[in-house]
Amino acid sequence: MGESAVPLASGPSDPSGSTGEALLSVRGLTKHFGTNVAVDDVSFDIARGGSLAIVGESGSGKTTIAKMVVGLLAPTSGTITTCGHDRSTPARGAAERRRRGAEVQIVFQDPYSSLDPRQSGASAIDEVLALHRGGSSADRALRVAELGDLVGLDDRQLRALPKALSGGQRQRVAIARALAAEPQLLILDESVAALDVSIQAQVLNLLADVRADTGVSYLLISHDLAVVRQITDDVIVMHRGVVVERGATRDVLDHPQAAYTRLLRASVPTPGWRPRRRSEWTDAPDLSDVSDVSAG
Amino acid sequence: MSAADGRLLDVASLAVQLPVGGELRTVLHDVSFHIGPGEALGLVGESGSGKSMTARAIARLLPAGAVTTGTISYAGGDVTALKGAALRSYRAEVAMVFQDPRAHINPVRRIGDFMTEALRTNHGVSKADAVARAIGLLAEVGIADGQRRLEQHPHELSGGLLQRVMIASALLTEPRLLLADEPTTALDVTTQADVMAILDDLRRERGMALLFITHDLELASAVCDRTAVMYAGQLVEQRTSSQLHDDPLHPYTAGLVGARPRIDGDVTRLAAIPGRPRSAYEAPAGCAFADRCEHVEDACGEARPPLEPIEDGFVRCRRATELRGMLRAGGRHG
Ligand SMILES: Nc1ncnc2c1ncn2[C@@H]1O[C@H](COP(=O)(O)OP(=O)(O)OP(=O)(O)O)[C@@H](O)[C@H]1O
Ligand SMILES: Nc1ncnc2c1ncn2[C@@H]1O[C@H](COP(=O)(O)OP(=O)(O)OP(=O)(O)O)[C@@H](O)[C@H]1O
Ligand SMILES: [Mg+2]
Ligand SMILES: [Mg+2]
Repeated sequence: MGESAVPLASGPSDPSGSTGEALLSVRGLTKHFGTNVAVDDVSFDIARGGSLAIVGESGSGKTTIAKMVVGLLAPTSGTITTCGHDRSTPARGAAERRRRGAEVQIVFQDPYSSLDPRQSGASAIDEVLALHRGGSSADRALRVAELGDLVGLDDRQLRALPKALSGGQRQRVAIARALAAEPQLLILDESVAALDVSIQAQVLNLLADVRADTGVSYLLISHDLAVVRQITDDVIVMHRGVVVERGATRDVLDHPQAAYTRLLRASVPTPGWRPRRRSEWTDAPDLSDVSDVSAG
Repeated sequence: MSAADGRLLDVASLAVQLPVGGELRTVLHDVSFHIGPGEALGLVGESGSGKSMTARAIARLLPAGAVTTGTISYAGGDVTALKGAALRSYRAEVAMVFQDPRAHINPVRRIGDFMTEALRTNHGVSKADAVARAIGLLAEVGIADGQRRLEQHPHELSGGLLQRVMIASALLTEPRLLLADEPTTALDVTTQADVMAILDDLRRERGMALLFITHDLELASAVCDRTAVMYAGQLVEQRTSSQLHDDPLHPYTAGLVGARPRIDGDVTRLAAIPGRPRSAYEAPAGCAFADRCEHVEDACGEARPPLEPIEDGFVRCRRATELRGMLRAGGRHG
């Protein structure tokens, strides 16, 4: 079962065809919540310095994969390795936890619940700097201001508590905090969704620069296919817990193969677009292969 | 009741100040717009510019200590003066979809209790009826296993599932005005189309009015009659949606249109508007956008430009007529 039932475009992120050292390697990853199979036999690699997107239906298991990769959820089965270290089992001890934190950082989909409501952005970023990078408190204060500047937050906003910030300001605090740890893999779960397109452009340019300068890898989860095109090389498309298509981002967006990917691509608002329900599509792509997969 | 001029919601010279460290800071000033029954107004703009505060002011959900001036009238009545029973009946007609559902849905209660509470307490609907209606609406927003979802807690739902729970709850009470704050950011585009189609139908069939906050100019132009643009606590442009997109008149709007990444082509470097985002209270004295505008002249710093009527809308830029047609070309590089 799983992805083998669907014709897959091969691409650089194809686990069998990957070259070079993988920074992150995920094999047969599966997660059950009771009888609900949220993630079903998912495999992918991200090369050092690579950038992979996960796109797909709401509820298809994207955040669940991200939480397993950072170690917040234990997989039902499957393996996750970063830099050759296994992370499918809980970390033993503080040193191991810190090493894992330095390897992988995540910016969550809901910045409000991932930020401590009693802690200002500046203090949250400083805490990460102290843990992962050290330095005197004066050095760290400079770095906090620098990181704030990179994501467009001023001193007052950095000193405010999360509840006194707008949605996009909170999201930028979370991005600055994750960058502070200088991780090797940064997971961005809908992390630019609450930003207006100009600030989003600033952050996307920043992410491209950081990747070019430091060789960090990205795992980007996003519903915005234009953002996906802008900062990833490869993409996997998920529907009901399984991967239905994978390949180079450009190829998948320009020539989607799987029925679900074609439906997704056709639903992007463009000038002249009118919203209509899936059930109203008279020319709807045939989704039978997709349902076959999830039922199988 | 209904306003004589056919406007359901009329916001005029709205200004909001919030207490920050013992002093009041302006977050909104001189915000004016109106929405009629069945109409949709899009609201786009910079992060932190005051979009959510505008919706919260209308919903009477501002943070404690907020000072509001100007008028918000709904069906001809003054919203800021409502109390007691009148405020409750206003809240029964005006629903809000919050930007961050996880922060607004009680984490320890079941989804079913959250969704049916308003129907049962404010509208006197029986529990069984409320549950049946909730399941029906969940199905419409693409959640097929509604029965199971109603038994779950918020942490068991994905971001997009929770966002749809919030949309469905808002629609359950059949509001006459829906304030939707980025209601589809956590949804895949196919599910987004489902949700937008439902909102469209409600507007046409029941005359529901819609304030739609979004960052997606294409989406706004597809579903909203008019779109307003916010920058540093004020509206800088308001136009018919297609015009705003094709022929932006304010340099900030043009910057937004040009900053978007493309789905069908490659852009090496995105054309972000230079400089840091501005809050209302720290905006320069003249035109709020002057210090980041590539078309700035000395005179732009002298006085705050008024919102001037222009063909299909309003624009707050003293050079708007002169720059017309030149903005788009300058917007996108690379
Ligand atoms: N802690 C949990 N307990 C029970 N079910 C869960 C839990 N976390 C997630 N699920 C379920 O697993 C499925 C996948 O959820 P996930 O959050 O991974 O989706 P997603 O692809 O990130 O969706 P979205 O795009 O809406 O954020 C959903 O059906 C969700 O309800
Ligand atoms: N409780 C508060 N106290 C003081 N200032 C606040 C409070 N909440 C928000 N603000 C400030 O008010 C301004 C407007 O915030 P608002 O949430 O309306 O922005 P927004 O336009 O919705 O932005 P976004 O697109 O990022 O959600 C912001 O600069 C924010 O920092
Ligand atoms: Mg998710
Ligand atoms: Mg907001």
